[in-house]
Amino acid sequence: MLRWTRQQLGFDPPHQSDTRTVYVANRFPQHGHYIPQRFADNRIISSKYTVWNFVPKNLFEQFRRIANFYFIIIFLVQLMIDTPTSPVTSGLPLFFVITVTAIKQGYEDWLRHKADNEVNGAPVFVVRSGSLVQTRSKNIRVGDIVRVAKDETFPADLVLLSSDRLEGTCHITTASLDGETNLKTHFSVAETSVCQSVSRLEALQAVVECQQPDPDLYRFVGRITVTQQGEEIVRPLGPENLLLRGARLKNTKEIFGVAVYTGMESKMALNYKCKSQKRSAVEKSMNSFLIIYLCILLFEAVLSTILKYAWQAETQWDEPFYNQKTEQEKNSSPILKFISDFLAFSVLYNYIIPISLYVTVEMQKFLGSFFIGWDLDLYHEESDQKAQVNTSDLNEELGQVEYVFTDKTGTLTENEMHFRECSINGVKYQELNGKLVPEGMMDDSLDSSNAALTGEELLFLKAVSLCHTVQISYDQPDSVGGGGAGDPFSHTNGFSANYMEYYASSPDEKALVEATKRMGVAFTGSNGETMEIKTFGKSEKYKLLHVLEFDANRRRMSVILESPSGGKVLFTKGAESAVLPFSTKGEIEKTRLHVDEFALKGLRTLVVACRHFSAEEYTEVERQLNAARTALQQREERLQEAFAFIERDLQLLGATGVEDRLQDKVQETIEALRLAGIKVWVLTGDKHETAVSVSLSCGHFHRTMNILELLQQHTDNECAEQLRLLARRIKEDHVIQHGLVVDGASLSLALREHEKLFMDVCKNCSAVLCCRMAPLQKAKVVHLFKTSPEKPITLAIGDGANDVSMIQEAHVGIGIMGKEGRQAVRNSDYAIARFKFLSKLLLVHGHFYYIRIAHLVQYFFYKNVCFITPQFLYQFFCLFSQQTLYDGAYLTLYNIFFTSLPILVYSLFEQLVHPHVLQTKPALYRDISGNSLLSFRTFLYWTLLGFCHAFIFFFGSYALMGEDTSLMGNGQMFGNWTFGTLVYTVMVITVTLQLAMETHYWTWMNHFVTWGSIAFYFIFSLFYGGIIWPFVQTQDMYFVFVQLLSSGSAWFTIIIIIVTCLFPDMLKKVLYRHLHPTRTQKSQSLPAQQAQGLSCVESLCCYQHGQSGCSRLAQLLEQMTGPCPAGADHCGAANHSSSSSNNRSWSNAENFYSNDRSILTLSPIEASHC
Amino acid sequence: MSKEVGTENRPDNTAFTQQRLPAWQPMLSAGIVIPGFVLIGLAFIGIGVALFVTSRNIQVLERDYTGVEKDSFCYGCSDLKVKNCKCNLNFTLDKLFEGPVFFYYGLSNYFQNYRQYGNSKDANQLSGDKEYFLEPDESCAPYERDGGVPIAPCGALPNSMFNDTFKLYQMVNGTRVEVPFDGKGISWWTDYNIKYRNPPGTPLKKAFEGTTKPPFWPRPAYELDTTDPSNNGFINQDFLVWMRRAALPDFRKLYRRITEGEYAKGLPAGKYTLVIGYNYPVRAFNGKKKVVFSNVSWMGGKNKFLGIAYLVIGSMCVVMSIVMLIVYAKFKFPDEE
Repeated sequence: MLRWTRQQLGFDPPHQSDTRTVYVANRFPQHGHYIPQRFADNRIISSKYTVWNFVPKNLFEQFRRIANFYFIIIFLVQLMIDTPTSPVTSGLPLFFVITVTAIKQGYEDWLRHKADNEVNGAPVFVVRSGSLVQTRSKNIRVGDIVRVAKDETFPADLVLLSSDRLEGTCHITTASLDGETNLKTHFSVAETSVCQSVSRLEALQAVVECQQPDPDLYRFVGRITVTQQGEEIVRPLGPENLLLRGARLKNTKEIFGVAVYTGMESKMALNYKCKSQKRSAVEKSMNSFLIIYLCILLFEAVLSTILKYAWQAETQWDEPFYNQKTEQEKNSSPILKFISDFLAFSVLYNYIIPISLYVTVEMQKFLGSFFIGWDLDLYHEESDQKAQVNTSDLNEELGQVEYVFTDKTGTLTENEMHFRECSINGVKYQELNGKLVPEGMMDDSLDSSNAALTGEELLFLKAVSLCHTVQISYDQPDSVGGGGAGDPFSHTNGFSANYMEYYASSPDEKALVEATKRMGVAFTGSNGETMEIKTFGKSEKYKLLHVLEFDANRRRMSVILESPSGGKVLFTKGAESAVLPFSTKGEIEKTRLHVDEFALKGLRTLVVACRHFSAEEYTEVERQLNAARTALQQREERLQEAFAFIERDLQLLGATGVEDRLQDKVQETIEALRLAGIKVWVLTGDKHETAVSVSLSCGHFHRTMNILELLQQHTDNECAEQLRLLARRIKEDHVIQHGLVVDGASLSLALREHEKLFMDVCKNCSAVLCCRMAPLQKAKVVHLFKTSPEKPITLAIGDGANDVSMIQEAHVGIGIMGKEGRQAVRNSDYAIARFKFLSKLLLVHGHFYYIRIAHLVQYFFYKNVCFITPQFLYQFFCLFSQQTLYDGAYLTLYNIFFTSLPILVYSLFEQLVHPHVLQTKPALYRDISGNSLLSFRTFLYWTLLGFCHAFIFFFGSYALMGEDTSLMGNGQMFGNWTFGTLVYTVMVITVTLQLAMETHYWTWMNHFVTWGSIAFYFIFSLFYGGIIWPFVQTQDMYFVFVQLLSSGSAWFTIIIIIVTCLFPDMLKKVLYRHLHPTRTQKSQSLPAQQAQGLSCVESLCCYQHGQSGCSRLAQLLEQMTGPCPAGADHCGAANHSSSSSNNRSWSNAENFYSNDRSILTLSPIEASHC
Repeated sequence: MSKEVGTENRPDNTAFTQQRLPAWQPMLSAGIVIPGFVLIGLAFIGIGVALFVTSRNIQVLERDYTGVEKDSFCYGCSDLKVKNCKCNLNFTLDKLFEGPVFFYYGLSNYFQNYRQYGNSKDANQLSGDKEYFLEPDESCAPYERDGGVPIAPCGALPNSMFNDTFKLYQMVNGTRVEVPFDGKGISWWTDYNIKYRNPPGTPLKKAFEGTTKPPFWPRPAYELDTTDPSNNGFINQDFLVWMRRAALPDFRKLYRRITEGEYAKGLPAGKYTLVIGYNYPVRAFNGKKKVVFSNVSWMGGKNKFLGIAYLVIGSMCVVMSIVMLIVYAKFKFPDEE
């Protein structure tokens, strides 16, 4: 009892060991001193806040942001000392910003709560006190026996005890966990599988011991101890016994399992990962700009304070008769006064830091990212998948990519395998009309009758059809649509080969099993312990003894079978490097040759071998395997040892070649990326020959390219020597482009010692191919480039689990929604269905987002300089007394109302150039590379523009008021508030119009917010000045605005100041446009009258998806034949930009690519290939 | 695997989601900008000329009367020891000074826009709230109380109200004829009708009971205008003119209008004497005082700035459009050969 309380109070840490012990059905041992272990309950909590901690926790998180913290400090300063503005002026915007963010986060959390409640409240059936009880999912405790019925998901991580099948197996799909859609068979221990009813389960005495929770989905080590008639039986438990939360039961009526990991300790919950905090380059420059502005602010405040005291040193200014000091002022110490003056000036100028910048940027990113998902061009019809945005923070980074690292299989290729060739016993075979035919034989030369296979051929086919983990689904999916695939009668004779569907986690295996079926050796089913094949109609049953699963290190898998004749045989299948070294018999050399040949054709190769065991050998194998499998410690290592012991002395049977088709328009996409100045690297685990041939066929390597190789380096010195040699070759030969092939082993050598040399070589190569790469190596390459001195922006794209590390490492990670599961998609920042969508994602969306956000940031700083500089200038005319120029309400509302919406709408809808132009002219991407729109120069320009405008606002108004004549027809005079309001009015209009000048794409929303903002300012001011406000100290602004507008001079001043402000910038824009047009500008504005001449060849290539299909051909044609502008009209038919002032013809004749080396490589053959 | 794939994920094909909203796409090309600049330039030159001419037709007479120099007419009064000092400013008009004529006083080097000075008043008191008569806001310091008695109106701004007085005489056949000054309508209508209010109670003197006058004032607030009882207290127009703080340290404030009798049409040519009651000290801070006679047009007083600004910007527009035309003709786009 004492101990229990101490534990509850947290004095004793809960028992921590490497394993947890779970008593099935919570039947604890009866001996006295047992302390139950305490486990988490089965509640899933994905929400961040609760009702009562939302406010403090959210506030705390928001104020960790440096800008918010700054504003709260300003606010506190205002509360403490006598400052020129009331605390409301900075408190209100801060409150606004914080509230908007809090609402957004609160809403998101509410959605999470809702989802949690749904999950936690789901009904489940649990065996309690001898009967089946329905309860809620959150009430499941570790040790409970849970019943799950067909097509239900598992509510916790369960160890399978029994199923309705005799052998105690069940099928599940883990699609929602890792996206693998194949059926997986899970097993129960024989001792428990008999407990198929509640009553039998009641009698079960068992204890599960297993490791502590671990996020790895594919790792589970444990054992179950079943007590039967006083005898303890220990059985090993592995991943194949564990049913993961989130997976779904298939093909099995019901199962019973004991919960071992619940709630937040289940593997699914442990895999909820915090998104990696990637920050975009824009955000980094934004922060450095903020620091610069902070410096400006401090400088202005210090300068003002010093000048104030310099001024006051002259007695005549210090205390004129009309402005006597108060007692308090006289008595306070000079140092304190100095500090408080400095703080007061800081408060006065604090608006130079744009308070709403972060919240606007956040909204822009959040709202703007919808456009990616909405884009029909990024929608893949065949798989019904649209693009997916996981991190909207990186939108603009898509416009900055310099290196693309792409996976090959499933990314460049379809990952849809087709059996093409094989080599059996040193003879090459092809599949012709469902028959295995030795190569060289003509199609017509063979008769259909003499199809008898030789023994080797048959053994090979059997090996292929037996050595795999393919599952068969007999019951066709219920949702069978057209095609009539679902004949209902096929269910009855489940083994009807016609309606078998193979499910495999590896597409290669599926292709191979399908191929052998066509060739006469059909795999017809496995039921856990036996595998059945039909060789030419004759059924054979093999007893499945062991499966040595595939893993990435061994790169092979094996099965041990007992043949119908009773012999024990091992079949192994794997990469040639993983099998050939262990082979001792068979045509090893010939096969190796054939494998290389297959690889050259771009086929994926696998080698098949077998081993016959003698009875003694098999006993030893059995012993070793069992020992390793039941080990609780270092099980993996011991298994590896056992596998290595078993998989040797192999007899080589042959090799297979499987083709993986290239995806649609890969070539065009790679070419477009290259024209956009992006270097494309292909990183693959494939063989060097396969990789090179795929690289060539997808246009990554050109035939005219000089291909350099860095392969099979074994020592440091050799590697360095080779690198120097390559560097020299590159130097000697300037004209030809270079491609580099590196393999994984050489790469790790090169990276270890000669990083710099290697980088030099790589930078001079326009295409690099890395083959035989391990997943971590991929990430390492990306990391190397990311951290190189130039700090290029990298993008990694891939589809499989092996690409995850690379995707997470790169600045932008893109997942392909392919066949290899959803792990890549889940860990990516963006996910697309096909590689070809990358070009639109980068060239169009990336370009737009970058331009939008860059202007957003620059404009924000500009408008705040405009805002606060007049206030600074005014100090020179009011003895640095911190008199504000504008009224408090105007100070407060400037950033949150008067100038906020136009820039937000601009940053959502701006299109500098038509999307189609961007896609057909990838070179435009270079205009924005290197963060050029946020370079220090542009920033300086905008800041100076802001200062200039502020000077014009202030001194223009000063010139009018400073003549100190009446500005009204009735001779009355204006005061200081009228002066401030005049400056403010001019400012709001100018700042809005300045943005209007930057806008190239005026939708109705732009019109609405631009003119609406100005109108709102006028309406607000009339209202604000129109009544005496209750509860307000001063009525300074009463009727000021109306009086201002009643003055003709004021109107004329407003107009002239606005024109003066906008005139030089407009002049500069026009002159630059004509003297130094950028590529983008050129493609914006070609006069419409040129739209004649050649009838458009290009229009032939324009098709609905707006892809850059034949753009390369078109560009070539353009260069040869001159302008082809009618294309714009043809191609633009799909888009609505039919406004007559839209001159965005995209096919003017200028030679964009003349200094682009890549154009040299376009050999005529390839061009005509398009 | 089912080949049958739905289309529920298919994005909507609308102009909005596809970023194809119909849009106006203006292009700042020379073809549009050059004619635009010419037009704006010409229009501005036209406006500039009009403004310039209007401004030039306005008559202004300005005289400094600080009395710093020994030979200046108010030198004797600039020493503050002399109480109730009067000095005469004589001037001659050669031609009719067209009416209505506005008479201003001006101060320079005077910082009405000093923050603490400007805040030193009690808005509640000035809107007639009696509570604040006995308990003035502390922002009025150091003119909150005078020897313990609350000041009404309190604060530095009211306290420093301008108190020089002016009387204008025309010399007609050797005799002085007083030119009538109109003290109405010199401050904003909303100020004396809505924003400022006297405390309730008649006579006004009673309403101000328990308070004392600002130390600098010669008379209490309810006796500011001895001629017109309704022009007293916080709605006295001279007071209101003063309370509207000037934006800049050199400023002018409207003192009187000349709208009555035979002078309504203007001041006829002839000799005039302005008798100045010199009370307001400015020499301590190098200030200047001046008086200004001016008439106004629809756009206010004489103001050269606007006309010149329009002329300059207008001609710059025209010049620049010519420059652009040359650039355009010579360079166009480099690729348009």
